Amino acid sequence: MTSTESLIDRRQMAYIAAQASDARVNVELETEGMTLNIGPQHPATHGTLRIIARLDGEQVVWAEPSCGYMHRGYEKLTEVRTYPQVTALINRIDWLGSFANEVPFILAAEKLMEIEAPPRAQHIRTILFELSRIANVSLFLGDLGVQLGAVTPVFMAFRDREYVLNLIEAATGGRFHPNFDRIGGLKDDLPAGFIDETRVVMKKLRNFCDEIENLLFGNEIFQSRTRGIGVIPKDIALQYGLSGANLRASGVDWDLRRDQSLPMAWNKVDWKVWTHPDGDSFARCWIRLQEVRESTRIVDQLLDTIPSGPVMAKVPRIIKVPEGEAWVSTENPLGEMGYYVVSKGDLGPFRTKIRSASFNNISIVPWVLKGVYVPDIITILASLYFILGDIDR
Amino acid sequence: MNALLAADLPYWAQSLLRVLGGIVAVLLPAGTIVYVFLFKMMSFMQSRLGPMEAGPYGSLQLVAEVGKWLQKEDITPERADRFIFKIAPLVVLVSTFLLVAVVPFGPDAWFTNFEAGVFYMLAVSSVSVLGILIAGWASANKYSLLGGLRAAGQLIAYELPMVLAVIGVIIQAGTMNLQQIVVAQNAGSIFGWDGLGNPYILTQFVGFIIFMIAVQAELTQTPFDMPIAESELVSGYMTEYSGFRFLTFFIAEFATAGVFALIASVLFLGGWGIPFAWFDWSTIDSVDDWMNVVGPLIMVTKMMLLAFIIMWVRFSYPRFREDQLQRFAWKVLVPVSLVNIMVTAILKVAF
Repeated sequence: MTSTESLIDRRQMAYIAAQASDARVNVELETEGMTLNIGPQHPATHGTLRIIARLDGEQVVWAEPSCGYMHRGYEKLTEVRTYPQVTALINRIDWLGSFANEVPFILAAEKLMEIEAPPRAQHIRTILFELSRIANVSLFLGDLGVQLGAVTPVFMAFRDREYVLNLIEAATGGRFHPNFDRIGGLKDDLPAGFIDETRVVMKKLRNFCDEIENLLFGNEIFQSRTRGIGVIPKDIALQYGLSGANLRASGVDWDLRRDQSLPMAWNKVDWKVWTHPDGDSFARCWIRLQEVRESTRIVDQLLDTIPSGPVMAKVPRIIKVPEGEAWVSTENPLGEMGYYVVSKGDLGPFRTKIRSASFNNISIVPWVLKGVYVPDIITILASLYFILGDIDR
Repeated sequence: MNALLAADLPYWAQSLLRVLGGIVAVLLPAGTIVYVFLFKMMSFMQSRLGPMEAGPYGSLQLVAEVGKWLQKEDITPERADRFIFKIAPLVVLVSTFLLVAVVPFGPDAWFTNFEAGVFYMLAVSSVSVLGILIAGWASANKYSLLGGLRAAGQLIAYELPMVLAVIGVIIQAGTMNLQQIVVAQNAGSIFGWDGLGNPYILTQFVGFIIFMIAVQAELTQTPFDMPIAESELVSGYMTEYSGFRFLTFFIAEFATAGVFALIASVLFLGGWGIPFAWFDWSTIDSVDDWMNVVGPLIMVTKMMLLAFIIMWVRFSYPRFREDQLQRFAWKVLVPVSLVNIMVTAILKVAF
């Protein structure tokens, strides 16, 4: 009797001792984690975005973007400017695709004044809009390589973006900040030789897309770094209000250029809205690559069909916008960008609400960064593609 | 033997000559690699000119850069472990100098002639891990810590394929002495034809590829540069270093690239010998004395060839993730190199 009891006793004691030692080891190995501040000064945030990440080893437990380090108060500043002055401000919101920022605001003002730009102005607006999209997104394609460690693509992007910037400069006089759009039309007509030059450049840009596809997208390391990383399902993307390529990469067929009837020339040409079923980082990058190709197609077709005529409608010398409210949004390089303009019949807007794409796009960052590794933070941020000015305004 | 150095010189003069020779053998390849590849080749790949102002065709740019770095303030973070923080770059550089000590440049032009040269080489190349790890730890910076730990994991993982890749060469040469490996390659023959000798890149091609991949990882060059990863970890373990200490890291990075290229050319490309040599290769003494002068030039040529491959890969590839890198080392490189050893051993016994 005593022998069996003592045996059980010993087993129990051994079990308890093992548990206790396990617990001690667990307490010893319990690592407390680390809070990593990525930014505001960090090469991956191209600007001053700060991401506070709680890490366990290299795995992110919790992450939160903290923005506002570059808030410039554009919504408030528009209230003390006249309508023609506002465009000089707002093309600094998304500084890589400046002309595209001016268009929705001008369209909103035109909507309130119930005037419409002449067809030639609409065509040229659309061409410049797409050129700024190409300039913006081609830089993204190069920057993607840098974020993932390949240094060469970004220089190819800078090289070929230069051609597009030269075109924009030739037409508007400003490389980055055209300030060219006017209520009722455009400041000027196109310069001589613009159309032929643009055709050549569009061909170069298509070559650039092929190069990037071969150099970067076909690379196995690139694919293993981006495929299946940062997957955003369709319903989550809609809930967080993503727009633009980020939304289309999740499989939502939604493009404001096609789905809206604005006084622009997109519905006069033949092009395709690309979607991708995966919703991962690779899908987002691939959608943008396809968008550059589609944009070159749009520009090529618009060049063929530019109508003749004036570039400016009849507008009063001193612009006073009648009382009312208007909301116009367009499909900008980064996603949906819109202006809600409230007018009290003065020289300037009474109140402007700017809906910029990046601000909504990075709202998904806490959701999508949960559980990823530190290198994937960079991949996901790069593929979500934000411009700091577009977040903080 | 060793007529060049042992002639009439006293011991101190010999030592001095060797130290000077070591410095030249480390710094000259480093400077050449930085100028030719980092400044010029990278620029041409990226459709730009690179430095053009300092010296003819920008050739003195490196001198200007060194001058700039020497003038910069040497900053030590407040919470850093000062002593360790300061010696870390030197530890990394010392491993480079230890490595070059066994590389033969000619029949008599060597620093030391170890019997276990390969073993020594593989051992001292791991010293740099220590320097990187303590640099990451002592900086008191979270990015540095992550970078240092990544470096430690990566360098230890890639030591193994490197060792296993070299074992094939040792089996074939039957010696661990690097000088004897050179002789074995140049005196060898392929199926009875001895015109080319037997550079082991032909028979040990798999081993050569694995060795070069492991070298790429040891040097923390892209696609294995996550310890530095400037877009994630700012600069990894180098983040807090400035001025001369950063320069030391920088020199060590490229000097180690040069020395590893030298070692790879000794192990796989026939070292300081060239094919179709018109002298007798049966023993080391039968080689003419003028090879002591031509040998280093041949070595530098081969080194530039291999450094070109290292840098070419560096400038074109994106980087792996840490777990993908470990998986690649343990699941691909180690099994392949084990199979390579087995096949080499069987063939060695069979022929």
